[in-house]
Amino acid sequence: MTTLPTPSTITSLAEEQPRQSRALWQDALAHLLRDRLSMAALIVLTVLTVLCVAGPTVVEYVLNVDVNRTNIPDRFLPPGTEGHFLGTDHLGRDQLIRLMYGGRVSLAIAFAASAMIILIGVTLGLLAGFYGGIIDDFITWLVNTLSSIPPLFILLIVAAIWRPNAGVLIIILALTGWVGTSRLVRGEVLSLREREYIVAARALGAPTRRLMFYHIFPNLVSIVIVTGTIIAGNLILVESGLSYLGVGVQPPTPSWGNMLTDARTYFVTGVHLVVWPGLLIMVTVMCFYLVGDGLRDALDPHTSRKGSQQKPAP
Amino acid sequence: MGRYLLRRLLQGIPTFFGVTLISFLVMISAPGDPVALITFSPNRDAESSAIMTRQLGLDQPAFTQYIYWLVGNDWRKIDINGDGDTNDEIDHYGERRGLLRGDMGVSLQIRRPVLSLIIERIPATLLLTFSALIVGYGVGILLGVLAATYQGTLIDQFVRIITVIGNAIPAFWLGLVMIIFFSVRADLLPMSGIQDIARRSNTFDPIETLRHMIMPVFVLSLGTIAFVSRFTRTEILEVLAQDYIRTARAKGLAERIVWRRHATRNALLPVATFIGPGLGTLLSGAVIVEQVFTWPGMGRLVVNAVFQRDYPLVMGTVVIAAVMFILGVLLSDILYALLDPRIRLE
Repeated sequence: MTTLPTPSTITSLAEEQPRQSRALWQDALAHLLRDRLSMAALIVLTVLTVLCVAGPTVVEYVLNVDVNRTNIPDRFLPPGTEGHFLGTDHLGRDQLIRLMYGGRVSLAIAFAASAMIILIGVTLGLLAGFYGGIIDDFITWLVNTLSSIPPLFILLIVAAIWRPNAGVLIIILALTGWVGTSRLVRGEVLSLREREYIVAARALGAPTRRLMFYHIFPNLVSIVIVTGTIIAGNLILVESGLSYLGVGVQPPTPSWGNMLTDARTYFVTGVHLVVWPGLLIMVTVMCFYLVGDGLRDALDPHTSRKGSQQKPAP
Repeated sequence: MGRYLLRRLLQGIPTFFGVTLISFLVMISAPGDPVALITFSPNRDAESSAIMTRQLGLDQPAFTQYIYWLVGNDWRKIDINGDGDTNDEIDHYGERRGLLRGDMGVSLQIRRPVLSLIIERIPATLLLTFSALIVGYGVGILLGVLAATYQGTLIDQFVRIITVIGNAIPAFWLGLVMIIFFSVRADLLPMSGIQDIARRSNTFDPIETLRHMIMPVFVLSLGTIAFVSRFTRTEILEVLAQDYIRTARAKGLAERIVWRRHATRNALLPVATFIGPGLGTLLSGAVIVEQVFTWPGMGRLVVNAVFQRDYPLVMGTVVIAAVMFILGVLLSDILYALLDPRIRLE
């Protein structure tokens, strides 16, 4: 197909000329820095992570509280009480420090499990898409089977059998959560495999290893980063749901989910116990989603060239 | 159409066996001695335990046990007393007809057939999930169309905020907060169950049930509302950019007709395909929502079974949930094929 460039495309090409020299990653970064909402979400997420990782030690030292120390006379203290900024729970434990430890557990699970999901999903998706045939048939069958059980049911039975601590929970979440990623990657690889440059590389005698890791994998990186971020947000929700049901992180280890299980029983006396963990879950998940969305726009060459495409036409 | 249907039905078969295989593998790998779980007695003498093991087929290799679980074992002859021949006194204990013949075993805790326990609970769960499906799609499509119509305005922003929050809010927390506000503080809506506890009679009162449904259905449908509204908005905007919309406008059709006849119809097709997969999400969500609002459905059954390590009941619930899910996807595929002739002619 030979179409002559219209004057408008020529001008737009000319406008884009100085940008052409930027690599994809620089371009993406520039786009991301201009995206205020995503940047705000990223900052909130970083602050939360730092608070949860480094915070507890500081707070324990300054306020002289301990995450597991119970003090029955001091239970259900309202927020703002001297020494307990966010009040205390039904056992008189400090709410602030428990929120921080809980966040540490929830975030660690989210990050670690989403990394594992990406690893498993990309590997299997790459194998299935690249080799096809019997490998593809088997992996696709596995994916179809796992995805035809409602996700929470499969998590429930597995969690029922191995009452998990945080570590086991990460593995369980990863082993049951890779299905969507692998399906996505497989589809992407299937279309990449047929591109001319792959055929050319193959014709030049490039070995499979090189085709996979040098030609196909780099093209997957951007979707993998985006999915990973959104999965991490999802995992926070799943983990808190499981912990709320009592099959996730087991007490006395706090997590945002199981703090709400306790709060459920006492919400009349301690509304503050319900508000904070839920609010933190919501804000964190929202930030993950917003960052994921921002990354999607930033890493997609089509949107990042056009700039603010979402704005309505005048 | 017939061939398409047949093909889709056949595709469901390996998936169904995959589900049973996974369920069974999990059950087999569960820690603890099943005989001890059934009898509750660690001091049971070795001989009767051995007899029970043989009757339940637990001495057989895993694959044989899977076959028994699937098609039953009432046709085999058991060497009950372990003397090497099978001419023993007939004792029907441990006999099962197998999953494929509708026998999912007996619950360890409640001592009743698993299938009948589940069937008792299914209507409540279906009521909840289907109401949430209808509300979710109804409100979601409405919001999506609104957002697309008023693209870039405050309405669009408002819908976007609902979408983001709806995706991120934990259902059980929203449930708790709503209970605090609407039941405890304002005393407007009942906080749990499907009917008033105080009422003794077993008659069904639709108004009362509806009042009980408001909060659970809203909480459960929020995720669907978020997903559907966003999806609808994207699809409509995509369709509006098509050439045939320009043609329709160019030939002077009223904007209302362009929307109704050309835009929404085409835009909503892809949205319809997600009804089936969305059912899985709703079934998952129902487990949590049922727990929050003490709704007497399958979700509460499975959570309780999980806590009591009632493996036959857990497995049964998983298989039934998967079957419901597979059927839901199948139905939505059929619906899609009916709506879009391109699919069935492929």
